[in-house]
Amino acid sequence: MNSIIEFIQQPWPWYVAGTIIALVMFTLLYFGNSFGLSANFRNMCSMFGGGRSCEFFDFDWRKQTWNLLFLAGTVVGGFIAHQWLMPDATIAISDATIADLKELGIANPGVGIAPEEVFSFETLFSLKGIIIFVVGGFLVGFGTRYAGGCTSGHAISGLSDLQPASLVAVIGFFIGGLIMTYLLLPHILTM
Amino acid sequence: MKFIKYIFLGILFGITLTKAEVVSWYRIYEMFKFQSFHMYGVIGTAVVLGIIITQIIKRTKMKAISGDPIVIPAKKFSIPRYLIGGAIFGLGWAMTGACPGPMFILLGNGVFVILVAIAAGLFGTFVYGKIKHKLPH
Repeated sequence: MNSIIEFIQQPWPWYVAGTIIALVMFTLLYFGNSFGLSANFRNMCSMFGGGRSCEFFDFDWRKQTWNLLFLAGTVVGGFIAHQWLMPDATIAISDATIADLKELGIANPGVGIAPEEVFSFETLFSLKGIIIFVVGGFLVGFGTRYAGGCTSGHAISGLSDLQPASLVAVIGFFIGGLIMTYLLLPHILTM
Repeated sequence: MKFIKYIFLGILFGITLTKAEVVSWYRIYEMFKFQSFHMYGVIGTAVVLGIIITQIIKRTKMKAISGDPIVIPAKKFSIPRYLIGGAIFGLGWAMTGACPGPMFILLGNGVFVILVAIAAGLFGTFVYGKIKHKLPH
């Protein structure tokens, strides 16, 4: 029993996570649904009354209740893991990543789940924070709906079904991600 | 009560993405810098198993719990929609370090600043809905 608890408390290896993600996708298909988290942004827009002014949100979001509850479950899962299953919040990123981030002004890369220089309310009310959270969040919401899916819908579900559209979408994810990481983020982080 | 299974599935997903550090901003930065195999391992394992699962579903004509056949809707192919939309999402993903699922999981982890990104994401989706007919698809 102790070894099971010990295993759960360690960071989980990639193959464990990948396997569980595939099983979650399968279970949702078996329940007659599909695996796609970003659809919930649209569901919520509809739930908050977006259908009154926009046709795109004029649908019966109640039929998506299962997806909204799945999403609510993920919040609870994050809480459970954070409260009871994470004895230490150090992310074992590579030495090269640590060196790169130090150069960009992140003092303790890998300590905590995200850099405190970025993920704080103090930063949030600065230009840097507004760009990262407001502009960044907007791009995620706009881009996922434009592309018709995010990591779960395209990179996992779509590629699993060998859909060409999803391959194009994933290439798009990387074009945007690489431009941000190599060209823009160094300037944003050092603001 | 028929919905409770979705909550449990979500809890499993949230625990897994937290425990495997997929929700960490650092892991996304590291992935886009190609400095670790970790994220490629997570997504790669899920896709390889996903391909096998999807093939089994199709070849055995597996039925869902309701008795209806499992259908995986095909996405209508086009280049601009997926490439431009995908790149816009990629820009935001690399900046916030979180795609839509992890944004909510981070909330459970007590990272409350991410609420601002979630609100902005909702607004982004709303603006897309408003101007979608003007965009190339």
